[in-house]
Order: sequence, then structure tokens, then C-alpha cells
Amino acid sequence: MMVVVRRAFIQELQQLQDEVLAMADMVEDALGKAVALLKARDVWGAQRLIADDRLINQKRFAIEAETLACIATQQPAAGDLRTLAAVLEIIGELERMGDYAKGIARITLMIGGEPLIKPLLDIPRMADIAREMLHQSMDAFIRRDLELARAIPERDDEVDNLYNQVYRELVALILNDPRNIDQANYLLWAAHNLERAADRVSNICERVHFMVTGDMVEVEDKAEAPRQLPAA
Amino acid sequence: MLALKPADTTRYVSSNGGYAIEAHQLSVYYGNFRAIKDINLKVQRNKITALIGPSGCGKSTLLRAFNRMNDLVPGAHVEGEVRFLGRNIYAPNIDPVEVRRRIGMVFQKPNPFPKSIYENVAWGARINGFRGNMDELVEQSLREAALWDEVKDKLHQSGLSLSGGQQQRLCIARVVAVRPEIILMDEPASALDPIATLKIEELMHELARDYTIIIVTHNMQQAARTSDYTAFLLMDEDRAGILVEYGPTHQLFTNPKDKRTEDYITGRFG
Repeated sequence: MMVVVRRAFIQELQQLQDEVLAMADMVEDALGKAVALLKARDVWGAQRLIADDRLINQKRFAIEAETLACIATQQPAAGDLRTLAAVLEIIGELERMGDYAKGIARITLMIGGEPLIKPLLDIPRMADIAREMLHQSMDAFIRRDLELARAIPERDDEVDNLYNQVYRELVALILNDPRNIDQANYLLWAAHNLERAADRVSNICERVHFMVTGDMVEVEDKAEAPRQLPAA
Repeated sequence: MLALKPADTTRYVSSNGGYAIEAHQLSVYYGNFRAIKDINLKVQRNKITALIGPSGCGKSTLLRAFNRMNDLVPGAHVEGEVRFLGRNIYAPNIDPVEVRRRIGMVFQKPNPFPKSIYENVAWGARINGFRGNMDELVEQSLREAALWDEVKDKLHQSGLSLSGGQQQRLCIARVVAVRPEIILMDEPASALDPIATLKIEELMHELARDYTIIIVTHNMQQAARTSDYTAFLLMDEDRAGILVEYGPTHQLFTNPKDKRTEDYITGRFG
């Protein structure tokens, strides 16, 4: 007769996954806000966002500590073990995404009150897509949805294409007027952070794939490799 | 009675790709009750294979079938074959005593004889007609069982004076003294404290260089820690033990192929 045992452990696993969702919400929020603050050149808001990144980091450490305690005390195996391994990886990706939001907020500080050299359209679109991808990746994580986990990274191409478009526009602006160099560089940096954020979502999807199937796969980056800048 | 000659070992190794013992469509009955059903299992030579599963799934029955220990149970009989050194150990011309010498067993509860440490080790070899240097054999066996340093100064004290963990290692020394090919271990550490348990597990790794080990354990972490291969057994609807999944331990514990294995090792059913 099948009897469900280990209720406490199952609850603990569930709670950890809920915590990951909560952390992803914080990151999704931070990315959206970071770009909105950049667009509004809201220096105060950007400072607050930079300070609040600490909360994301704390969340990561808390989840990590709980996960390690769970591994040490419950000796998880098979799907449970893979779930906990996925949690550890995913929170690392989320924390880095939080850092990208913080990086964008720093750019807002650097630009300060000076007028933008171009209306920000593509960068917010990049942020929207990256946030949507993140949101969906969490759905895939919670629902063990393999198809969704496979489909999400394909949207990374959209982000890469937007990034390349932003790059071309900014280069054109620099060529037009060298006084644009600083801000163009900053904006490219912001776009780069968003492009990287979308890549991180693809990594999360790889983890979901592993969690569900036990197979390690690497999501292929089909788009033309975006022009690279050092990470924020 | 036809003995299993050591010469067969070479032929066996070259002919079967490194299996120490194989169960083919093996069923064991106690009277009318079928305890295990149609088990097919090839045990790799010089590896540690763990048999896991819930109570009553037949893992101990299977273990005991590997050296005809079930013969001692009234009403027990087998169908199918257990192949060892290229022969079915249940064939009519096979001597079960010789089988048990070549395939030794360590039990759940340490069971040294009420004799000296020395005699405990020497006994098996002596009744098997060992003609060599007994002191050397005793020392070497105790060394192999990682017990020598602890007992070398008190070899003539009673085996029963040792701690539980030491007694179990003495029993292992007694088994290796007759130079078996396979060592069967039935919950060898379940009566021991955690440190003594780890010593036995460490010892198993050492022994696996020279011997093939099959261990029955209720402790899944022990199976995961110690074994190279794991076989998961379960009762079917007739309460007969069946082999559900068998594979490399790391794979079975991280990514089992069968839902029933997953449910068991993740503690989803009891």
C-alpha cells in the first residue's frame, strides 16, 4: 500500500521553491524598476534600488542556507536532490540578475540629470522581454514544464537582436557627435546588462530541464553572438 | 561431489565479461510461498552491489540464494539458476558447503564463536584443510579486516571480549581467511554505532579490491555511500519480491528510471 511519508520534508521542499519564487519576484521587480528609473533619470530612486539589492542577496543566502540544511538533514535523492541542486543554481542566477538591475541603477547615477541622447525604447523592451522570460521560467520551474523550459530560451534571440540594434544606434550617435560617447557607453552598458539577464534565464531553464529529466543540456544560443562588453 | 575448481575462475572471467555471479530467472519458495520471483541480476566482479528495498521484498532471500543459505530453511526450494564460475550452484552435482566457502557471508549481528580471536579466524581455514602457516594467515586476514592493530596483542582472548564493531570485523576476517571469491553481507552494520558503521563501510571499499561484495541494507544512505551498483527490489501483488531496477548507484540515486524506485528512495512511500 502506498502511504505518503516524509510530509515535513515535502513541505520544506515546497517552501524552498516558494522562496525561490519570491526571490524571482524581487529580481523581476528590480529589473523593471531599474529601467524605469533610467528612463526617468530618477537618481534618488536609483540609489534606493542599489541599497535594496542587499535584500536580494540576503534572500539568496537565506535560501542557500535552508537548502544546505535540507540536504544535510534529509539526505534527499533522485528528483528531490535534483530540485535542491536546481534551487542552489537558480538562486545564484537570480542574484546575478539582481546585480544587473543594480548596475543599471548605477548608470542612472552616472548619467545624472543630463538629457538622454535618444529616447529609450529598445532598452525598456529588452527589460520587458527579460522579465517576461524570467516570469515564465519560474512557471516552468514550479510546474516542471519541460516544454516551456525549452521554449523560453528561444526568446533570448529577441533580446540579442534588440541589443544589436541598440548598439548600432549608439555607434551612429557617437559618430554623429563625439560628445555622446560617455552616455552612449553607459546606455550600451545598461543594454548589455539586460542581454546578460536574459542569458541567465536560459541558464535557469537548463536547470529546470535537469531537474525534470536528470539530463544536463546546454541551451544553444542560436542568435548572432551579441557584441560583448565587460559585465557590470 | 564436484567441487568448484579455482581453475574455472579464469575461464569464467574471460567468458562472461567480469560478472562474479548471475541470477537467471531465479525464484525462491518457502513452501508454497514464492519469496522472490524471476530475478535476473548480473553482479559485477570486484564491485560492491547493494540490494535495497522495503521489508519483506526478498532482498535477504536473494542474498542467501547466492550461497545456498536458504537450503537450510525447511521447505525452501529454488527455480531458475545462480551461475557462479560458469556453473549453476543449484545443479545436483554441486557441493553446497564448497559454494559457501567460495561465497562467504557476514550476518547482521556479529556472531563470533566463543573462542579466541585467533581461533575464530583460523577455524574456517583449518576445517578446509589449510596446510600453510596459520599465524600468517590469521595476521593477514585480520589485517584485511582492518582489525590487526587493535587485536594483535590479545589474539588469545575471547572473540566475545571485543566491541560490536570489532566483532563484526572479526567475522569478516573469518570469512576472508578461507579466501572466498564473493562476500555476502546481510545488514552488516545495522547493529553498530555510526563510527563502527563507517569503519565497516571503509573496510568494504578495501575488500572490494580483492573480493566481490553484495550487501543487503535497509539504510539507503549506506547503499548510496558504499556501493557501485544498486538493485532495488519490491513486492509485487502476490507479495513476491521482484527486481524493479538495477544500475550504477550514482544513477539510481540521482536519476532512477522507474517511478517506483524514485518513490522509494525519496521516501514517498512506506
